[in-house]
Amino acid sequence: MIEFALHNAWLIPLLPAIAFTLIVLVFKPMPKVSAFIAITAILISFLLAISIGIGVIQAGDEFVEHPLKQVVTWFSMNGLEIEMGVQIDPTSAMMLFVVSLVASLVQIYSLGYMHGDPGFSRFFAYLSLFATSMLGLVIAPNLLQMFVFWELVGLCSYLLIGFWFFKYSAREAAKKAFITTRTGDFGLLLGILLLQINFGTLDLMELGSKIPHFTEYGLTAAGLTVIAAILFLGPIGKSGQFPLHVWLPDAMEGPTPVSALIHAATMVVAGVYLTGRTLILFKTVPGAMAFVAIMGAFTALFAASIAITQTEMKKILAYSTVSQLGYMMLALGAGSLTASMFHLMTHAFFKALMFLGAGSVLHAMHNDPDIWKYGGLKKYMPITYWTFLIGCLAIAGIFPFAGFFSKDLILEVVWANSGLSGHAHGPFQGLYSVLFVMAALTAMMTAFYMFRMFFLCFHGELRDKHAHPHESPFSMAMPLLVLGFLSVVGGWVGWPTLGEGQAFGYFVRLGEFEHGHWNFFLVGLSTVLALIGIAGASYIYLFRKVSHEELSKKWATPYKWSFNKFYIDEIYLWIIHNIIDGLGRFLWWVDLVIVDGIVDGVGKLATGLGSILRRVQTGKLQHYALILFAGVVILVIIMGFADNSLSVSLLGGAR
Amino acid sequence: MIGLEHFLIFSGTLFCIGLFGALAKRNAIAILMGLEIMLNSVNINLVAFSRYITTGDLTGQVFAIFVVAVAAAEVAVGLALIVAIYRNRMSVNVEDFDWLKW
Repeated sequence: MIEFALHNAWLIPLLPAIAFTLIVLVFKPMPKVSAFIAITAILISFLLAISIGIGVIQAGDEFVEHPLKQVVTWFSMNGLEIEMGVQIDPTSAMMLFVVSLVASLVQIYSLGYMHGDPGFSRFFAYLSLFATSMLGLVIAPNLLQMFVFWELVGLCSYLLIGFWFFKYSAREAAKKAFITTRTGDFGLLLGILLLQINFGTLDLMELGSKIPHFTEYGLTAAGLTVIAAILFLGPIGKSGQFPLHVWLPDAMEGPTPVSALIHAATMVVAGVYLTGRTLILFKTVPGAMAFVAIMGAFTALFAASIAITQTEMKKILAYSTVSQLGYMMLALGAGSLTASMFHLMTHAFFKALMFLGAGSVLHAMHNDPDIWKYGGLKKYMPITYWTFLIGCLAIAGIFPFAGFFSKDLILEVVWANSGLSGHAHGPFQGLYSVLFVMAALTAMMTAFYMFRMFFLCFHGELRDKHAHPHESPFSMAMPLLVLGFLSVVGGWVGWPTLGEGQAFGYFVRLGEFEHGHWNFFLVGLSTVLALIGIAGASYIYLFRKVSHEELSKKWATPYKWSFNKFYIDEIYLWIIHNIIDGLGRFLWWVDLVIVDGIVDGVGKLATGLGSILRRVQTGKLQHYALILFAGVVILVIIMGFADNSLSVSLLGGAR
Repeated sequence: MIGLEHFLIFSGTLFCIGLFGALAKRNAIAILMGLEIMLNSVNINLVAFSRYITTGDLTGQVFAIFVVAVAAAEVAVGLALIVAIYRNRMSVNVEDFDWLKW
């Protein structure tokens, strides 16, 4: 089974694709059959992914340096060969596992959540298409294949955000998501082209061996930094980094399972994954690393500061996702593939859990998104309550939940790069010190806003008197339990004292494996910060020692800025309305006056010339005869004055 | 003494008169007459060259007779055309005949 899976990994994305085709072409009128096909396909993919994971672990570090690659030629031209296929190494195996797991659970969850929806079959078709695209992206051995699937997941995201297309807000959000990410993809495509032009290959392994010797390819360090920065625009768009994060909170207009699958656990981490896959490019030039780290840390802090004041469950979770994605980027910017991928995995568990929990709450509250109307849901929905608590503890970074290990590892790698630790050198150690403080601050804020939401939803009294909350059906509770379990134990694979052949970092890494150890200062710091956050939230929202309304009045200005998301959307709107529309109006004028003027001018010139020249054509024979004779006379005169040879040539040439 | 050049000047003058008539007249029959004058001036040329350059050889004269015969046929066709046009348009004024541009 393991052998079979390792050598037939292409089946993993293919099975959901078959399911998609079958549902769309044949089984669309039969919702139950559609769901059955989709879930069967993704479950088989999941089994194959598990087998691959076991195979990779059994092989030790064999696959780290020498991934298992199976490729076919997609197309080739003189000097350009593009392949398509599968690259199995620990990183992609981990992603295969996470993506297929979350996709399976979300599809099972959707059985209950989407029950009775008129678009039930369509929903499962889209989910299958998404699974295909995401799994294809994960196993891509070269950047072009990755880009193709990257766009496909973008398409699925668009289709699923706008799934309830009769809702105006959903349509607009879908367009916003697509256009915003496309803005970043433009940079990604440019970056891919620049890599192809300079290094002559898009293969990840070949790029990995060629990029460190970039001077042999006529590149300077500055040039390579620019290429890395342009390439990074794609991940900025896809992974919701500042300033292109605006689409992700709006994307919550889609059905909640979609938010859990696409906009929390899998698609949005594609940017992190891509950056991780091309990390060698960033690692070669420290400037690019610093850029990634700054973007990540700033996004983390920025999004966390917005999440604190939001009033919709899914919006809070969305900003939390943006913030955690920033964390992953920060880890990459600190040069650690391990920390980033580890957090990616644990985040997929607990964030999918929390989104599905939020879906369960919304289901119970008849899709009323305002958390101020909830309260006291603990006694109505115990499973949701306990699993959600696990999720919150995990994201806050409390021992021994999953987030604790991954978040600590990130703090540790940033710490190691900063001047604070005393071991770092290089021009950017001061910068990394600042970033460390930002990351630590974000950790505290994360704990605060998560428990704010938690207490408001599940504790106190139910504030909406008309609601009749109830626990969700089994198909929705089961995924919560599975993800809750993983959110507890999922981080243990990265237990710091695990050694070779056991630790997460032994498999998913770039460079040498470093033995982990407990850094009790950092562990203590992060735990204390998380506890402060939780204590603050319970002080205000659970025990209500301080009125939150008075607090918001006391800190009116920061509250207003945070509540209005720092007016980023308004700034974009202003830019679009004034600058882009203004440019449009100017270009419209250019088109109307100059371009159309030239085209019309050509037409008018022809008409004018015609109106003059048509007078020559009188139709009267006498005029023609006159011209004929005039011509004869002119010829005779020329021949009279010209020399002999010209006369001969006028007469038709000498024979 | 009358020489070749007198004949040539005479025929040239006659040609110009004929050409003017053909180009300037409005009446189609007058134009045909102008054409005839031009043909006759050519005939004079032919006969004069034959008389002065190739004396004793009657090529020019024979050629002139041919031209006269062809001119007679051409006039017959031309007049027939004019009669046909007149029947259609009730006019022999060439000012009215500008159908070549359609």
